[in-house]
Amino acid sequence: MSETIIPSKKATKELDKVVIRFAGDSGDGMQLTGSQFSFTSALWGNDLATFPDYPAEIRAPQGTVEGVSGFQVQIGKIDIYTPGDEADVLVAMNPAALKSNLKFVRKGGNIVVDLDAFVLRNIEKAGFVTNPLEDGTLADYNVVEAPISSLTKTALEGLQLDNKSIMRSKNMFALGMMYWLFDRSLKETEKYIEDKFKKTPALAEGNKRALNAGFHYAETIEALPAMYKVPPAQIEKGLYRHISGNVATAWGLMAAAERMGRKLFLGSYPITPASDILHELSRHKNLGVITMQAEDEIAAVCSAIGASYAGQMGVTTSSGPGIALKGEAIGLAVMAELPLVVVDVQRGGPSTGLPTKTEQADINIAVFGRNSESPAVVIAASTPANCFDYAYMAAKIAVEHMTPVILLTDGYLANGSEPWKFPSTADLPPITIKVPHKENGTYYPYVRDVETLARGWALPGTPGFEHRIGGLEKQEKTGNVSYDPLNHDKMVRTRAEKVERVANYIPELEVIGEGDGKLLVVGWGGTFGGMRTAVTELQRSNRKLDFVHFNYINPLPKNTKEIFERYSKILVCELNLGQFASLLRSKFPGMNIQSYTKVQGQPFLVTELKEVFIDHLKD
Amino acid sequence: MENTIDIPQANPLTKKDFESDQMVRWCPGCGDYAILSAMTNALPQLGIPRENFVFISGIGCASRFPYYMNTFGFHTIHGRGPAVATGVKLANPKLSVWEIQGDGDALAIGGNHFIHAIRRNIDINIILFNNEIYGLTKGQYSPTSPQGLVTKSTPYGSVERPFHAGELVIGAQGTFYARTIDTNPKLMTEMFVHAAQHIGTSLVEVLQNCVIFNDGAHAGVTDKVNRDDFQLHVKHGQPLLFGKDNKKGLRLNGLKLEVVTIGENGITEKDILVHDAESEDPTLHLMLARLSPPHFPMALGVIRNVRAKTYEEALEEEREKITTKSKYHSVDDLLKSGEVWEIK
Repeated sequence: MSETIIPSKKATKELDKVVIRFAGDSGDGMQLTGSQFSFTSALWGNDLATFPDYPAEIRAPQGTVEGVSGFQVQIGKIDIYTPGDEADVLVAMNPAALKSNLKFVRKGGNIVVDLDAFVLRNIEKAGFVTNPLEDGTLADYNVVEAPISSLTKTALEGLQLDNKSIMRSKNMFALGMMYWLFDRSLKETEKYIEDKFKKTPALAEGNKRALNAGFHYAETIEALPAMYKVPPAQIEKGLYRHISGNVATAWGLMAAAERMGRKLFLGSYPITPASDILHELSRHKNLGVITMQAEDEIAAVCSAIGASYAGQMGVTTSSGPGIALKGEAIGLAVMAELPLVVVDVQRGGPSTGLPTKTEQADINIAVFGRNSESPAVVIAASTPANCFDYAYMAAKIAVEHMTPVILLTDGYLANGSEPWKFPSTADLPPITIKVPHKENGTYYPYVRDVETLARGWALPGTPGFEHRIGGLEKQEKTGNVSYDPLNHDKMVRTRAEKVERVANYIPELEVIGEGDGKLLVVGWGGTFGGMRTAVTELQRSNRKLDFVHFNYINPLPKNTKEIFERYSKILVCELNLGQFASLLRSKFPGMNIQSYTKVQGQPFLVTELKEVFIDHLKD
Repeated sequence: MENTIDIPQANPLTKKDFESDQMVRWCPGCGDYAILSAMTNALPQLGIPRENFVFISGIGCASRFPYYMNTFGFHTIHGRGPAVATGVKLANPKLSVWEIQGDGDALAIGGNHFIHAIRRNIDINIILFNNEIYGLTKGQYSPTSPQGLVTKSTPYGSVERPFHAGELVIGAQGTFYARTIDTNPKLMTEMFVHAAQHIGTSLVEVLQNCVIFNDGAHAGVTDKVNRDDFQLHVKHGQPLLFGKDNKKGLRLNGLKLEVVTIGENGITEKDILVHDAESEDPTLHLMLARLSPPHFPMALGVIRNVRAKTYEEALEEEREKITTKSKYHSVDDLLKSGEVWEIK
């Protein structure tokens, strides 16, 4: 995208992809505006990816930079893997939104502002010394100054609405303008408005009027003389819906529990950015879900362990600080060899860190963050939609291998959303729970499956299977407490081996590209979209580099070593100081494993990655 | 809603059925032995199949308990027993869930889980072994140790003010609180049976002696010479009488309890307060729970026993309500709900 979207003469231009960013006060309805634009575009057939960018404060003072809420969406006729590096169009509802979002707009990009909001008080509140519309701040951009507030007011005249309700409709005016610019239908949003304000017809009418007024205004004014088309993408046939990472995680867990015929038990304590999983699961208690908002993170995981012990699928969800608190209990699940899914929606740290910003720095705590030799399976989702698949797999592995599984997602995946061709649950992989049995009339809780090394899962309430387990070391087979040195050594190695053997049940890595063996680019988890886009764009311009992306962190896919051996340089990119690179170096000593890292609370930019890869291809 | 009392079996269970094959490893003379014996006496009386009993514990001497019971058992981590037990009960409300804790486990490291389990009123039975000391870590003061107690970590005497379990239970909206002592097997067995029969969180505090690190902690109440004057055995519907010939009693004087003697100053049995364990208002229960020597006897028996909706009952009601309303009956329904479109 290099051309100006809003040129000086009337035309209809076709674009491969475009990035639009909506920004306003956190009460201005920008998330709604953005998601409506996304939904309409998805129905039109575009591929897309979205990302909301909102402040940690619930309602920071109006008009301040701290209170700005943003929503970015990239739509395309080509495959879209990220919400885009830079916006081609920014809609800024006030000076603060302009101030905090200008850095996300491409030079030469387009900015639509609500002119009415650019009064001295707001300009000063936003931290501008002079009016940015007049002082040359926006000289590099194509600016459309639209009196959005006053036009909304005019459009809504005669309706029985107070001024506050009228002003809250101005986001629909801005949305209407964008619909005209990108040649979108108003139909879906009108339907949405009618549904949302079913009980207050005046509000429904007001919002619809604002939407239409914006559309017609854009059509009329000279500054917006062109319409743009982003044609539909080549998308696989099927049923689609939008899904965010957190909802996908919740549903994946539900699908797994339903498939295994067990209830899903969630013990959770509210924490950003994981709480939406708790919210979502709490809505579905009629579908075999039990949720408990525990008194703290430790009770959350312990209640989940209790539920697993009693035969349900125990799950706990949290983010970094909560995972730190759960460590001892996860160790108990390792020792008791009970199924448990721990979802870690990673955020910036350490400590409270950056609660609403993304990071990938919990790989160490997930793999190593417990006392003693305490192996757990660690897997990572890589797109908002595949949080469903990996949540499902996490539960499947947990019960089939009798082990805690830590599922890593992150703030970027959790809140990001994308269209998703959803499966039928019948097509998901089967989940097999082995029925425990007795040996000569006695049940031994630590008798293991010869293939997986998983122990039996005998449930309280089953006559004849009474047994005791706990956090003390177990005698092999009987599960009785044992302090015997050789037994301990054997049990430590067996627990490690059990987790290692999960590698026999997970897919192998797939290399994207047909490079010449010089450079293998490696990613894991939530950076997939940016990595994939950067690699694909470089491969299209005949650069020789290959790409693998890891979803299974511990154990690693079985063919990892064999793939790595084919390359003279391996570059691991991650949003931390090189945790996965260190892990890989320790597993594969002697290989040339290099690291590219960033910890800004933001995802990688595609342009940034392309530059890094080109640099690495040079030497 | 199932409660913990099932239909009695054809072949009643015996004490022996509940004893596990593991060697019991408490110190000789430890009060825990008597508690274990009272428990194996109590369980056969409940008519619950053995496989439906689950014993959960945290960490500490008391928490070894599940290993010695031939039931399902889970020895978990320090202080977290109530949280694990909550998960077990919610996952399978048919189970009779018992949670064994020491005073450090329940009221120090696990204080939060203790009060919240009680607040939720989940139908589990918590047995609190209160020896006012840390035994397994070899003799540090606990949150129930009296001020001035000399221990390894308080060589000049503890300066901290102790918790009283009963006050915490009532502060946490508890529905069942009983107190008993390890030297009275009959009372213990009786209290365990009452706890099992109570629907909701039951808390039985057992005043237990640690022979090694805090021997005689409860002697002021348990010693033969003190027993009559300092034990008040409370029974629902009975006057609060104690003393050698049951001549002493409690009466309410203004907002305070006072000890009176029948036959002195014109006091008759009619003046004595009658114990109402089932009163919703916990004021008198709190007063009874707070009594202690030397000015008052220690109240033993069921102090509070109130029926209120349990957590699992409330959840079940909620589930039924949602189920009748919901349009979704499976995950597939959910996947297809809301804004869905087809690419053809």
